[in-house]
Amino acid sequence: MNAKTSKRLNMKDRYRIMTRDLAWEPSYQRHEDIFPQEDFEGIKIVDWSQWEDPFRLTMDNYWKFQAEKERKLYAIFDAVSQNNGQMNVSDPRYLNAVKLFITAVTPLEYNAYKGYARVGRQFGGVGARIACQMQSIDELRHTQTQIHAMSHYNKYFGGMHDFPHMFDRVWYLSVPKSFFEDASTAGPFEFLTAISFSFEYVLTNLLFLPFMSGAAYNGDMNTVTFGFSAQSDEARHMTLGLEIIKFILEQHEDNVPIVQKWLDKWLWRGYRLLSIVGMMMDYMLPNKVMSWAEAWEMYYEEAGGALFKELERYGIRPPKFAEQTVIGKNHVSHQTWFVFYQYGHATAFNTWIPTAKEMDWLSEKYPDTFDRLYRPRFELLAEKAAKGERFYNNTLPQLCQICQIPLAITEPDDDTMISHRDTVHEGERYHFCSDGCRDIFHNEPEKYVQAWLPVHQILQGNCGGADMEKVIGDYYRIEMGEDNLEFEGSPEQRRWKQWKQAV
Amino acid sequence: MSRVFIALQDNENSRFIVEAISEDNPNAEVKHSPAMIRIEADDRLTIYRETVEEKLGRDWDTQELQIDMISIGGNVDEDDDSFTLYWNS
Amino acid sequence: MSVEIKTTSIEPIRQTYGHTQRRFGDKPATRYQEASFDIQSTTNFHYRPLYDHQFELYDPDHTALKMCDWYAFSDPRQFYYGAWVANRDAMQKNAENSFSFFEKRNLGSRLSDEAKQLVIKTLLPLRHMEMGANMNNVGIAGDAYGTTISQAHMFHGMDRLATAQYLSRIGLLIDDTPGVVLAEAKQLWMEDPAWQGVRRYVEDSFVIKDWAELSVAQNLVFDGLLYPYLNDHLEAELDELGGGDIAILTDFMGDWFKDGTRFIDALFKTLAAESEANREQLNRWIQHWHERAVEALEPIVGKAGIASSQALLAKRLTKLGLDTDAVASHY
Ligand SMILES: [Fe+2]
Ligand SMILES: [Fe+2]
Ligand SMILES: [Zn+2]
Repeated sequence: MNAKTSKRLNMKDRYRIMTRDLAWEPSYQRHEDIFPQEDFEGIKIVDWSQWEDPFRLTMDNYWKFQAEKERKLYAIFDAVSQNNGQMNVSDPRYLNAVKLFITAVTPLEYNAYKGYARVGRQFGGVGARIACQMQSIDELRHTQTQIHAMSHYNKYFGGMHDFPHMFDRVWYLSVPKSFFEDASTAGPFEFLTAISFSFEYVLTNLLFLPFMSGAAYNGDMNTVTFGFSAQSDEARHMTLGLEIIKFILEQHEDNVPIVQKWLDKWLWRGYRLLSIVGMMMDYMLPNKVMSWAEAWEMYYEEAGGALFKELERYGIRPPKFAEQTVIGKNHVSHQTWFVFYQYGHATAFNTWIPTAKEMDWLSEKYPDTFDRLYRPRFELLAEKAAKGERFYNNTLPQLCQICQIPLAITEPDDDTMISHRDTVHEGERYHFCSDGCRDIFHNEPEKYVQAWLPVHQILQGNCGGADMEKVIGDYYRIEMGEDNLEFEGSPEQRRWKQWKQAV
Repeated sequence: MSRVFIALQDNENSRFIVEAISEDNPNAEVKHSPAMIRIEADDRLTIYRETVEEKLGRDWDTQELQIDMISIGGNVDEDDDSFTLYWNS
Repeated sequence: MSVEIKTTSIEPIRQTYGHTQRRFGDKPATRYQEASFDIQSTTNFHYRPLYDHQFELYDPDHTALKMCDWYAFSDPRQFYYGAWVANRDAMQKNAENSFSFFEKRNLGSRLSDEAKQLVIKTLLPLRHMEMGANMNNVGIAGDAYGTTISQAHMFHGMDRLATAQYLSRIGLLIDDTPGVVLAEAKQLWMEDPAWQGVRRYVEDSFVIKDWAELSVAQNLVFDGLLYPYLNDHLEAELDELGGGDIAILTDFMGDWFKDGTRFIDALFKTLAAESEANREQLNRWIQHWHERAVEALEPIVGKAGIASSQALLAKRLTKLGLDTDAVASHY
């Protein structure tokens, strides 16, 4: 609000009148009937009025700032599509990162939109409600600007054309899908702890900054622009994350152990989810930005360190198993790419063996692990491929019941042994990739026995039968030979060469 | 002691904001990377409206920061005259 | 042009996304189409909501209405986020100009006491109703199935927050000490017998579980009876009392209502056209909430105000293929 009236009141008072003061204590219906989701998680809120508004944005300023951002953003989209901007990317392999983004991340933005709409109605405190509502429309913005950013690329490249359909079905997309649905089906306080705090505050920099800088280094103007533009909303979201955690912890000491359990769960779940980003950074970007290990150090170990120190005074300790992430950062991207390479017939993007130069970069970034463990493997696969025996794995892997990643990640204390845990619940055996995932199961078994595990579903015949070609082609809508398989010799590569001659 | 930080999109506007931040926070460290400027400091960092207005040569609302700000680390305290990031610990 | 010559050989391999193509054909799609249709998850949900075991995460059964295709509804304004924000930014700029004009000319001081009292008694308590409308529409956005219906309610909900904030600014603008008249109006909202019907209506709407019923109660019926009164009658009353300048500040509400009505009408027209069962269900809800809304609003807007709003609502319902009996019987 820029009018002079506002000068008589400072920002805080003005905002109080514009938001807090709009609410009232109902008397015709009971608080618990109006806000039925507020109690069941066991979180005790003594006084909503203690809530600190993270940003004091009124709708008029919201519209003004957001409209300015949107104008700038769509001007770039228009320019890119009018000028065949897709031809400016460094290397056609780069587009595979974009395919991964729209199929795995964009649908999460949509889930965030819906989740924040729910909480933006359900919280009893008006300040928190409105902060959630603004985030909700921001997340809708992210969904839609991403769809529009990729719209042009979708016209020229495969793997993006059926992203919502794939998100609901394809085996590796059940990793992000189950992650977010886990949060969305939780109560409002856990949802905010999971998404606003653990994901947005602690981990979002690891998702967006690598993708965006990756796009910048590889000539992808649309992604850089929507990424930074979305990220400018993120500063608001991050602050909501920190405020909600402090608020819950300050409200009642009984909340501390509940929140601690959520932090343990959601850091681990987020870490597992981000292995896909690690693989994207280390293997899918032709021009590299930084390694996954470096990003983890900078954005989790350093920034997260300051954060958890801040929360110490509430009785919060750093998340359980955090030390395993520090070991895992040197392995996870390699192991993940190895999985996708083997199952490259069932991916909506192309896969390949890193070039010699790329392998040298990996050796340099991962001096303790790459040459010892991963280079030999990739060199062997490269040899086979050169002989016309490109390796595809036709067996179905065992998936972790929680994170749904194939069991292919090694033990924290033995990097030559696949980590595998299991447990029996009501006569049924469940498998896990790690102690972290098994812990999560043990805390809420009734929830996780419900998981829709892609491999189980295929075996049970729920994905169009036993014929994998049919599962991939008809059920997943991955177009055989177009969207999937090896990059070398792919239609993507062939078209790119033709187009390059044309420009 | 912990580090607070703010990251801004690298554009015309941000350059003036960064100048203002450096002037008011002499021990802030400015790091440039493609398309992004990151400013870090120990425990506390404050952006003053007056200084930014001086640099920009126009009126500036502290909330305008939201257009260019892409990431932050620290608690936020915002009012009409300043925007502060801080850690308590 | 050389650019065109060069690009002729870079042919797209498809025109739009697969789901967009299946719905609208293989041709370049609009931004609204790509951003709004078939993008919400439909299947293979992993876990039942802890707060709502009987439902899937996204479940069409949050309403008694049935649709073959929930994307049958298309917002006539074609609002996706960017289009909505651009439109509202323009609206915001206009409002901002009006507010500063009012302030610069010090029009508040020309306001008669009677006019000021009317604003406090009739207009300002509505900022709380708008907060309720915000909650209701955001709740619908959370529950409704499919993006086109969900997002339109979300935008509508945020619009209501804006209206509540503009009404608050009016309260600040006509006040000698900021906050006093707003407190007075809130007191009326909480305690004045004339306002209790409206407050009860709003609080009762908070516990409606069916999102379509809630949209009927809030957006179609209540707003349909209230807003025409605000836009026509209240303005005239204020004018008579020497408060015509206030219209400068409330103008946006008329524009907004007109804009929102296009969406609400298209929504209920689509829902009613689907089946006789939907139509009957909608009619029952309209009848119920109309009766309650009339009762609640009459002490505020008066018999004449209600009657003319009812006539307008009846006209709208006819166009939507819905019964007008319930609405007409009252005047
Ligand atoms: Fe987002
Ligand atoms: Fe976000
Ligand atoms: Zn796992």
